[in-house]
Amino acid sequence: MKIRIKFSKHGNTKYVGHLDIMRYFQKAMRRADIPIRYSEGFSPHQVMSFAAPLGIGIESDSEYLDIEVTDSIDSSEAIKRLNSVMCEGIKIIEWKQLPDNSKTAMSQVASADYFVLCECNDISPLDKAEILVEKETKSGELKQVDIKPMLYSVKKTEGGLLMHVAQGSSGNLKPETVMKALRIDEYHIIRKAIYDISGLTL
Amino acid sequence: MNNTFLNEDILLKVEKPARYIGNEPNMCVKNPDNVEIRIGLCFPDVYEIGMSNIGIQIIYELFNRREDTYCERVFSPWHDLDKIMREKSIPLFTLESQSPVRDMNMLGFSMGYEMCYTNVLQVLDLSGIPLYSKDRSEDDPIIFGGGTCTYNPEPIADFFDFLYIGEAETRYDEVLDLYKKYRHDKRRFLREVSHVDGIYVPSLYSVQYNQDGTIKSFTPKYEDVPSIIKRQVVTDMDSVRFIDKPIVPFIKVTQDRVVLEIMRGCIRGCRFCQAGMIYRPLREHSLEYLKDYAVKMLELTGADEISLSSLSSSDFSRIEELLAFLIDYTSVKKINISLPSLRIDSFSLDVMNKVQDVKKSSLTFAAEAGTQRLRDVINKGITENDILSGSLDAFRGGWNKVKMYFMLGLPTETAEDRDGIGDLCEKIAETYFSIPKEQRVGKVQIQASSSFFVPKPFTPFQWASMFSADEYKNMAGQVKDHIREQLNQKCIKYAWHDPDVSVLEGVFARGDRKLSELIETAYHLGCMYDAWSDSFRPDLWEKAFEICGLSPAFYNRERKLDEILPWDFIDIGVKKEFLIREWNNALNGVITPNCRQQCSGCGARMFEGGVCFENKN
Ligand code: SF4
Repeated sequence: MKIRIKFSKHGNTKYVGHLDIMRYFQKAMRRADIPIRYSEGFSPHQVMSFAAPLGIGIESDSEYLDIEVTDSIDSSEAIKRLNSVMCEGIKIIEWKQLPDNSKTAMSQVASADYFVLCECNDISPLDKAEILVEKETKSGELKQVDIKPMLYSVKKTEGGLLMHVAQGSSGNLKPETVMKALRIDEYHIIRKAIYDISGLTL
Repeated sequence: MNNTFLNEDILLKVEKPARYIGNEPNMCVKNPDNVEIRIGLCFPDVYEIGMSNIGIQIIYELFNRREDTYCERVFSPWHDLDKIMREKSIPLFTLESQSPVRDMNMLGFSMGYEMCYTNVLQVLDLSGIPLYSKDRSEDDPIIFGGGTCTYNPEPIADFFDFLYIGEAETRYDEVLDLYKKYRHDKRRFLREVSHVDGIYVPSLYSVQYNQDGTIKSFTPKYEDVPSIIKRQVVTDMDSVRFIDKPIVPFIKVTQDRVVLEIMRGCIRGCRFCQAGMIYRPLREHSLEYLKDYAVKMLELTGADEISLSSLSSSDFSRIEELLAFLIDYTSVKKINISLPSLRIDSFSLDVMNKVQDVKKSSLTFAAEAGTQRLRDVINKGITENDILSGSLDAFRGGWNKVKMYFMLGLPTETAEDRDGIGDLCEKIAETYFSIPKEQRVGKVQIQASSSFFVPKPFTPFQWASMFSADEYKNMAGQVKDHIREQLNQKCIKYAWHDPDVSVLEGVFARGDRKLSELIETAYHLGCMYDAWSDSFRPDLWEKAFEICGLSPAFYNRERKLDEILPWDFIDIGVKKEFLIREWNNALNGVITPNCRQQCSGCGARMFEGGVCFENKN
């Protein structure tokens, strides 16, 4: 039975990297006694996958991880059990069953909303038809890339910017890159939501 | 919402910022304003090493169980952060409440190895606390310490206000109660605490030296201060309370598993082994206690691995039942067991077969010496036959990797003993080729490695001589050359430890108070993280010796039996007469039976528990 868990990640836990968050949840599943399914083989591991890795330093209101369980448990009971073993800053928000044939969260991710806390009075540099940003390629060379096609929308709000950007394997724009285009160095990022290709939250 | 002592800029710049943020599941949370005693508990190494130490977890719980006390963790910042903190004058902080270490009432160090001493100074220095006890004021925290290497506390004596000799479970409550009573008068507190069994207050003793640098006298300055410090021991192991809230680190630590301490002490009496003497007598937990503890700790941490900890797990009297239980439990729960130091026999091979991938795992033999003569000298009760027949069984069962551990520079060792290492490895290889070809799995791989013997206090070898780094290199070279002459030399790999580290470890292990200055000098020259081979700077240490007018050779010389040794004032239970007897037995190649075969009257019976009373009324 496939389950999708939604959680938030705030406070000091923003310094805990993606691989460590995976290990954190593997242990949390055992502490909460969740009947999670294991892979076969000599050293079985938990069947678990995350929607989109979150960079160190970024907080989030909505992270997703998929697991499989061998027994069904009541959603509110599962949420309660998991929250009782969480550290401060990580909170389980949803536990929902998925259809057996559903795709993994990772492959569904298409875009995301970020709130960037910063002082910014002028977002006109982002209005241009082309927004060129210098990026380092894997081989270490610097290359100009146009991020405009991946920046779906951006608007000023109370205390900062709200942006909707491409996320996932077929196009990924980091909010940090947008801030670079705006030449702003001081900011704080919070992921607000993750959407699939049809614009629905996961 | 929690907060961090370091700002975001710094945390995003350093390697593994999660080392510095606290907030892990099961971390103890209290309001510092609502307690009477704030204690910093430090393992002077990086987070991943410190969090792997069970001592730290035990003491953390012990202190935090008290309502009037809040104990918070402190670790050494790694090189990258260390540099930033010095540049920007940022003080060191605790993980729990992210407060400056200086705000603590007391700061305790748990020290597991001698090579951490410069990191003790790093922690004090970064915290803005004067290094020497004599330079600290009423406003500075009380600095105390304990742990394996404090059984000879003299090299670090000048830095500490008091040291705790023995197992933490017994006396700390008394110490904290005294602190509450005399908190506004440090001198009075130290004088009072010196009356508590197991507590050593270095400043209350004076040491006189002879012309040749050896100790002339070691005496308390006042009549009420005890001249002998008695090591503290838990007699009933099951009285040790479980850890209720084991902290679960975010980042991968060195021991990322539940460690089940099945017993303390050892019956064997290997003459080089300090742990085998200072933890006497052997005291076991009951099987029921261990089953409960294993299950509870696995549930509370969510760990996916458990390992057993003891000096020689095969000697645990209920080992078969314990492993049978753990194998059952863990296979249902998909948890790995990492096997401890088991003697290789049909039982352990069977267990290994059940819990490990035979193709990947290897057999381990701590033979320690290459010939039977020398193994008798060191009282290592393993014979060539044990090793060869154990290997044969294992090879038939599908194993093909063998690890062999040796020591070089042992008392009475000759060229013949060193050649014995290659000869023994060759015999293991030949044993492998003696089984029919179709039963073999690939090539046999023998990995031999040697460390250099470091004489440790409270062992029968505490009087033995060490050698220079160059001599050690020659010894290892000889072993290597002889291995290369073997028929099956291609199957044998050989590696040896850094002799410079061993020489320095020898100095600290048997050092006196004059070394505090050496450690301080080396620290100011830039020495830190000496236990890490990348950070260890033998050149700087050499310079420090020069500046202080000290020489490693003085500390590593053979000691005379009638000499006052720096640690003689500590009574660990095992008596000096026994150690002398054992030293003579060693020189005569006479072996001594283990505690279960026959009691040798070492003195540890005075603790009134453990193996000394097995099968006796
Ligand atoms: S007194 Fe005897 S039985 Fe007890 S630890 Fe010493 S040698 Fe072993």
